[in-house]
Amino acid sequence: MNAKPTPPLPRYRAYDRDTQPEHLYPPYASTVKRAPHEPLLPLQASLSEITGPVFGFERIRANDWDLTRQGKGEPIGERIVVTGRVLDANGRPVPHTLVEIWQANSAGRYPHRRDTHNAPIDPNFFGAGRTMTDEQGRYRFVTIRPGEYPWRNHYNAWRPAHIHFSVFGASFLTRLITQMYFPGDPLLEYDPMFMSVPDPRARQRLVSTFEWEHTIPEQALGYRFDIVLRGRDETPTENPFA
Amino acid sequence: MYTTSSQTIGPYLHIGMDWAVDPDFAGPNVQGERIEVAGIVVDGDGAPVIDAMLEVWQANSHGRYAHPEDTRDLPLDEGFTGWGRVTTDDHGRFAFRTIKPGRVPDGRGGLQAPHFNVTIFMRGMLRQLVTRIYLDGDAANADDATLAAVPPARRATLVASRSGPRYEWNVVLQGGGETVFFDV
Repeated sequence: MNAKPTPPLPRYRAYDRDTQPEHLYPPYASTVKRAPHEPLLPLQASLSEITGPVFGFERIRANDWDLTRQGKGEPIGERIVVTGRVLDANGRPVPHTLVEIWQANSAGRYPHRRDTHNAPIDPNFFGAGRTMTDEQGRYRFVTIRPGEYPWRNHYNAWRPAHIHFSVFGASFLTRLITQMYFPGDPLLEYDPMFMSVPDPRARQRLVSTFEWEHTIPEQALGYRFDIVLRGRDETPTENPFA
Repeated sequence: MYTTSSQTIGPYLHIGMDWAVDPDFAGPNVQGERIEVAGIVVDGDGAPVIDAMLEVWQANSHGRYAHPEDTRDLPLDEGFTGWGRVTTDDHGRFAFRTIKPGRVPDGRGGLQAPHFNVTIFMRGMLRQLVTRIYLDGDAANADDATLAAVPPARRATLVASRSGPRYEWNVVLQGGGETVFFDV
């Protein structure tokens, strides 16, 4: 049917053990009614899974990477640089992939109709950014350090300061949504979302590192957050086009 | 290197995700049969999930994915990415309009039935769920290797029911009639 010979496509390795939370994690109360009861069924990866959406730079607007320049004036709070690389588990950069972020303002409030926390809204901070990684898998945002905020998971529950990250990678299988935290945050050990990651070393990889290198003198402190997506099995397998 | 851990999308996903929400996946020039898929997402109590996001990945009507690794000699539709993002509304409902995907190889010598690959995110979900939507009435469903591997009693959760050009497909997160989710 298909005269042109096609190269065998590699398969993706499973997630590293204990790096991913389970769907059911009762300390995070909302998982209890939303986690499946049945075990996930195995799916043999096909062309459907090893391909995935490809985005172009044309969807990104000029100030999308700088959350401090999206309003009429400057937002309140401490300016920060958040930068890093998107890599695969084999250590290779993931170039030209979409990175989306969103976060609370410096007072710990989201401009969202369902956020009823009584902290102030900042009319100059909309809390969303997006960019594409470059050839080396690098991305960079300028934003405001997000505030901590209370939530109703349990008595006196507070979320540590965090920035939500959404990354696509090379295929349907590499899709990742996560949260970046800040070093030294005393709330981390009390946070069920952070603690839902079984391996403490994996947990620490969700914590950004402070880096002088990325600091802009007299303007903004720099934080580095590298993201590692699933990698391919390096051993060739059968032809998925078959 | 170890893979970065997943964390929940949270309740305020719309702030970061809405810019790319568009229920019309296929522009007017894209070839293929026009269909709509709509449904509701419910939790273990049957309560609607009002803060879910669904991302859909599909082949075009010729069965080709718009991705550099699908190198088969089949036509691509200009401007059709094969990807779409929708969120549930205040009643837990979602809908998208697109073209019916063609058949793609299953890697085992056969062809898969037309299907959508779906990723689901929501508050209360620490990592995504992955499932598929097949279309009721398609004769190819009988030969699909993925459907065949699902216990017969649960297979219907993956198949959208048809009413003209409109299909209905619901997501039941847990309990009776629980949707089949895949470990990919």
